[in-house]
Amino acid sequence: MIPFDYRRAENPAGAVATVAGAPGAVYLAGGTNLVDHLKLDVARPDLVVDVTGLPFDRVEPRADGGLRVGATVRNSDLAAHPVVRERYPVLSQALLAGASGQLRNMATTGGNLLQRTRCPYFQDVTTACNKRDPGSGCSAIEGYHRYHAILGASPDCVAVHPSDMAVALVALDATVRVLGRHGERDIPVDALHRLPGDRPDRDTILEHGDLITAVDLPAPLSVRSAYRKVRERSSFAFALVSVAAVADLRDGRVQDCRIALGGVAHKPWRAHAAEDVLRAGEPSEQLFTRAADAELAGAKPLPDNGFKVAMARGALVATLRGLTTEGTA
Amino acid sequence: MTGMIGTALPRRDGPAKLHGTAPYAYEHDVEHPAYAHLVQATIARGRVTGFDLSAANALDDVLAILTHENAPRLEDTGNAELAVLQDDAVAFRGQVVAVVVAETPETARQAANAIQVTYDSEPHETRLRADDAGLYTPEKVNPALPTESSQGDVESALASADVTVDEVYTTPMEHNNPMEPHTTVAHWDGDRLTLYDSTQGVHPLRSAVASLFGLDEDRVRVVAPYVGGGFGSKGQPHAPVALAVLCARHLTGRPVKLAITRQQMFSLVGYRTPTIQRIRLAADHTGALTGIAVDVVEQTARVKEFAEQTATPSRSMYAAPHRRTGHRLAELDVPVPSWMRAPGECPGMFGPEVAMDELAQRCEVDPIALRIRNEPELDPDSGKPFSSRNLIGCLEDGARRFGWDARDPRPRTRLEDGWWIGTGVASSTYPVHMSPGSVAEIRYTADGRYEVAIGAADLGTGTWTVLAQVAADRLDVPVDRVELRIGDTDLPNATVAGGSSGVASWGSAIADAAGAFRDKFGTDPAAGDEASGRTPDLSETFAMRAFGAQFAEVAVHADTGEVEVRRLLGVFAAGRIVNPRTARSQFLGGMTMGLSMALHEQSVMDHRYGHVVNHDLAEYHIATCADVRSLEAHWLDETDEHVNPLGTKGIGEIGIVGTAAAVANAAWHATGVRVRDLPITPDRFL
Amino acid sequence: MEATITITVDGRQRTVAVDTRTTLLDALRDRLAVTAPKKGCDHGQCGSCTVLLDGRRVLSCLALAVAHDGAEVVTAAGLDNDRLRETFLDNDAFQCGYCTPGQLCSAAGMLDELKAGWPSAVTDGEPTLSASEIRERMAGNLCRCGAYVGIVAAIQEAGR
Ligand SMILES: Cc1cc2nc3c(=O)[nH]c(=O)nc-3n(C[C@H](O)[C@H](O)[C@H](O)COP(=O)(O)OP(=O)(O)OC[C@H]3O[C@@H](n4cnc5c(N)ncnc54)[C@H](O)[C@@H]3O)c2cc1C
Ligand code: SF4
Ligand code: FES
Ligand code: FES
Repeated sequence: MIPFDYRRAENPAGAVATVAGAPGAVYLAGGTNLVDHLKLDVARPDLVVDVTGLPFDRVEPRADGGLRVGATVRNSDLAAHPVVRERYPVLSQALLAGASGQLRNMATTGGNLLQRTRCPYFQDVTTACNKRDPGSGCSAIEGYHRYHAILGASPDCVAVHPSDMAVALVALDATVRVLGRHGERDIPVDALHRLPGDRPDRDTILEHGDLITAVDLPAPLSVRSAYRKVRERSSFAFALVSVAAVADLRDGRVQDCRIALGGVAHKPWRAHAAEDVLRAGEPSEQLFTRAADAELAGAKPLPDNGFKVAMARGALVATLRGLTTEGTA
Repeated sequence: MTGMIGTALPRRDGPAKLHGTAPYAYEHDVEHPAYAHLVQATIARGRVTGFDLSAANALDDVLAILTHENAPRLEDTGNAELAVLQDDAVAFRGQVVAVVVAETPETARQAANAIQVTYDSEPHETRLRADDAGLYTPEKVNPALPTESSQGDVESALASADVTVDEVYTTPMEHNNPMEPHTTVAHWDGDRLTLYDSTQGVHPLRSAVASLFGLDEDRVRVVAPYVGGGFGSKGQPHAPVALAVLCARHLTGRPVKLAITRQQMFSLVGYRTPTIQRIRLAADHTGALTGIAVDVVEQTARVKEFAEQTATPSRSMYAAPHRRTGHRLAELDVPVPSWMRAPGECPGMFGPEVAMDELAQRCEVDPIALRIRNEPELDPDSGKPFSSRNLIGCLEDGARRFGWDARDPRPRTRLEDGWWIGTGVASSTYPVHMSPGSVAEIRYTADGRYEVAIGAADLGTGTWTVLAQVAADRLDVPVDRVELRIGDTDLPNATVAGGSSGVASWGSAIADAAGAFRDKFGTDPAAGDEASGRTPDLSETFAMRAFGAQFAEVAVHADTGEVEVRRLLGVFAAGRIVNPRTARSQFLGGMTMGLSMALHEQSVMDHRYGHVVNHDLAEYHIATCADVRSLEAHWLDETDEHVNPLGTKGIGEIGIVGTAAAVANAAWHATGVRVRDLPITPDRFL
Repeated sequence: MEATITITVDGRQRTVAVDTRTTLLDALRDRLAVTAPKKGCDHGQCGSCTVLLDGRRVLSCLALAVAHDGAEVVTAAGLDNDRLRETFLDNDAFQCGYCTPGQLCSAAGMLDELKAGWPSAVTDGEPTLSASEIRERMAGNLCRCGAYVGIVAAIQEAGR
């Protein structure tokens, strides 16, 4: 860990000006990812700007029937929020599937979205990694890549995005509100994270200094939604694959749906192909399997993570089965 | 009080631990400590050609940087693992090439990271292969057992058998990962060296350090009243303790704290070797074994040999006229393997106990009946009678408690709520050890208490409590009149806490001292009266082992392959139980680690670089609270007068033996998929 | 870079100079000699360093001390919950004791969360003090000695 200066952000605009103007500055929220990376020398800032005192700690209703979730709302508070539990179960479940009770008490909405990959080579500065050190090579492609991508990867990076919450947000058509040097803008969560291409060092489309102020949730397509995470321990483990699904089920048909997969790509993977198969279909094992196969047809697994294709298929089918047979819409 | 042995006394160290005030190595109050941080090699084999220390030296508050170029020479470099910073050779990735000492831990770490090391690297090999051309036969296996055993003609038995099993099973590299990272606080004050260390044996550590630095033992004091788990990894001294002492010597007068990081624990403090076990069983159609062959391939480090005794439990488990076991080692450019809970028995009861399940399946015999059918009369290995052997009792009692009778033997027949459910069984065993050389002293104090002193260790094993019970029992006084003192070389010599030998070795010494005390002073002693006792020699007349049976219920998700151990039940026959409360925890703790081994644990080597990639607790999974559902441990009342004066057999390790096999057998029963390679992960079922 | 902070630790106000890099855990252990919170991994992966920070259970190894000037910290040493200690002792819910201070703080925080009606990953409807709820909620506190069975029983007993 190299020495750094610590400052508490007084106001949003000031924070943006400070960080945007200093190439070595970073924001600090809950610290559960940043402090980890400071210790590992993965992050080497000279200035840390603490945003937890900014007035972004509310969950508020929006005029369109949706919710605005402030960037510093803690993951545990968001998961327990009554409106979230009732109308956005997929989000509550995704948050609760992530990390541990202690970590969720620290982690924030903004920090969760911007947490970086858990690729072990990325976290180990003694190994080559294009994301951490552009041009140095990717150690994972021919190394340990059990947890890595099966969709949308590039020859330069096969990492996956680790957030559970973000997968649910994509399935909820959420947008992030970003304050930058040139004012505020909205970015669909689906467009926030990038595929690696030849710039794996860039996780998102954000510019240096951009501050996430909130996440907006539109009124849900349906309150029938669920998050299913497959992992190698019963708790406190990152996803091998995960599924976030929202389905509007009426008259015995899937009127509409939103599906996103986690643990399979460099970003939460919106499953458009699966949605297309499901839309207007009558729920059945065959329909679910066809949907999953449509989405996974383009999967390009690595030598040691081919199982993820079958696992993602199984998880998606199981999630849809549960969603369409349980509870009421 | 007589009868104290067998009482469920709550842990005497409870209040201190429940307030967080029990001092572990790092936490002893030393004045004005300096902090050390290690620099590790980033190549797996070769030489260090140079250091650029300029950036590190430029930092304020850096007190010293030691490398092989300036580190003091060590007196005795016979143990290559401890011969740190003596030359430029790199024998494995992660080996320590430099150490920094600074005023603060933050600066020590920053400086360590700022050191640039250049290397001349050579080709390395870290991959264990059964067909490695360089495999060799070690002279002995741990601790000093014959490498091979052979009786009859196993090849002919296999050739003429009605039924055979011939399969290869593997267990991966695994790391002990006690929760307390290895820590040494070293203080060289004048001509005295004091170490606060996380060690399983203060006296053995003192001997090692004294000879390493050419000191008289009486100039070295090692203190370790509380140890945050060890599971073998704190049983033998490893490189960090030598480095801490080097630093302290360099900064004479200033205590130096060296707590290694969790990541560093994956290359510096031992691990369980991966094993490749070829198991061949020959039997008639009723399942009666005619031959058992166990051939194990495992790894050792180029710098120092460690040969795990993986094939040895098979020598004593089941009857068969024709039998053979053997070990072959590959010498690789890897960190030094070492003890991890139940070395030998733990990995060595995975392959054979799954093979027994496969044999049961092929013979269409119930797995319990199969084991009973092959119960030997005498120890098949030594030909001696067992001092006691209650494997059958454990199997039968367990079957009853678990509800085994209702089991449909066919695999893949129970699908409930989308989960395949199955059950399985496996045997456990662990040898009885008692190490000679421990001494206990008992002194009567002016206020009417008995001070019982022995340099024993409590790693969570319950020593603080059970040794006090042994003393109270043998002195026939209430336990609150016993004041136990352990964990300090100022106390009488004690052997290492290893091989589940603690109560037998130290307890027997205390029993001996108590007897001597009463003989000398009767029941009305005067203040200051004292007597000592020692551990007696182990009987050679009998084969002595503890046995057990473990039952598992496993669920495998039909769509995703997720694996859950829904129930785990163990029954053990392990001699006299000194304290049922702490004993249950030992059994359950072992079974929990066994469950963890079954489903989660695997250190993944990246053979290109030679390091463990998943070197932290987020990636190296150990079971969490959520993974441990219904777990039960029971034991049979077993009286064994031969093992030692207390009749105890040792309970710290047997709980982990056989668990993984029981889980694998249950997973097969659930799904019909036979997993022969640990861990049992979801992808096996997709 | 140095900074001075004032925090309340187990009811006592303490002012201490820290490096901006110093975690709350190291500030407690190295600079204030408060060693109840333990360091098991230093990366948020084990729970040994759990303390109550302004009333919530958090991991002190991932909190920068400088960011918590003015905070109130409760460690296992100052935890006002002898009932939990009693049930931990009764159920032999610890062995080596190294994870124990973290388990206790986590258990105390978790019971409060449950009381507040917070759901967990295994909650179906309203959460109760069931063994499966406790297991899931305590999953962030690893115990290598494998004292989980006792820990769950102890928490269930204390929470009644
Ligand atoms: C052991 C462990 C297990 C975990 N398991 C899971 C899991 O299973 N699932 C899961 O989803 N996550 C998991 N996590 C990750 C955890 O969810 C994230 O670390 C957390 O959400 C990050 O939030 P934070 O507020 O602590 O972010 P910080 O660490 O404070 O920040 C993370 C990044 O976001 C930036 N940032 C923070 N806030 C803003 C803002 N408002 N605007 C712009 N930039 C910002 C920071 O500069 C930094 O780069 C785990 C973490 C650990 C340590
Ligand atoms: S997968 Fe991406 S993050 Fe991992 S080593 Fe390759 S480039 Fe780095
Ligand atoms: S030391 Fe903080 S979680 Fe392990
Ligand atoms: S009691 Fe030893 S790690 Fe939990």
